[in-house]
Amino acid sequence: MGVTKEQVESSLKAKLNPSHVEVIDTSGGCGASFVVEIVSEQFEGKRLLERHRIVNAALEEEMIEIHALSIKKAVTPEQWKQQQESSNSVA
Amino acid sequence: TVRCSSALTPELKSTLDKVVSSNKVVLFMKGTKDFPQCGFSNTVVQILKSQNVAFETINILENELLRQGLKEYSNWPTFPQLYIEGEFFGGCDITVGIPEW
Repeated sequence: MGVTKEQVESSLKAKLNPSHVEVIDTSGGCGASFVVEIVSEQFEGKRLLERHRIVNAALEEEMIEIHALSIKKAVTPEQWKQQQESSNSVA
Repeated sequence: TVRCSSALTPELKSTLDKVVSSNKVVLFMKGTKDFPQCGFSNTVVQILKSQNVAFETINILENELLRQGLKEYSNWPTFPQLYIEGEFFGGCDITVGIPEW
C-alpha cells in the first residue's frame, strides 16, 4: 500500500539527476507522507514555485497516493554548497 | 485510477478566475480560517494572520468538484493553495519559505 521512500527517491533520481537527495518518510510507515530535500542543476534560474512544480511533476504518479509532500529544500548545487559551508561555520 | 474527464469545467474556470481576481489574497484550504482542519492549512492561516494580511478563505472540503478542479486550475496537487493578486503563489512550504513576509 502507498508509496515507499525508495520509490520516491528513485523517481527523483531518474528525473532530476540530483547531486544530493534525501527523502524522509513521515507517515509512520503507511507511505503517504514524505519530506524531501533535493539538490539539482535543473533548479538553476528557477523561482521557488517553479522548483516545487518540477519536483511535483517528477512525482506525478506517486502523488496520486501521497497525501502530504513537504519540499523542505529545492536548491542548486551552488546554493547547497553555500548552505553547507555556513552551517559548518556555525557548528 | 483512470481519469477520463476534467473536473475543471469552463464554468468552474471562469468562477475561479473571478474569485482570485476580485480578492487580493485568497486561501483555498481544508477548513476555515477560524477552524482549520489540517496542520498545513493552519500554518498558512497563522502566517497570514501574523502579518496582518486581509484574506478570504474557501473550504475545499465542502466541495469535491472544486477540490479536483482547483488542482488542474493551479497545476498544483495539494492544499492549501494561496493566491495573491490573481496569481498562484504556492502551497505551505513556499509560504513558509518566504523570508520577507
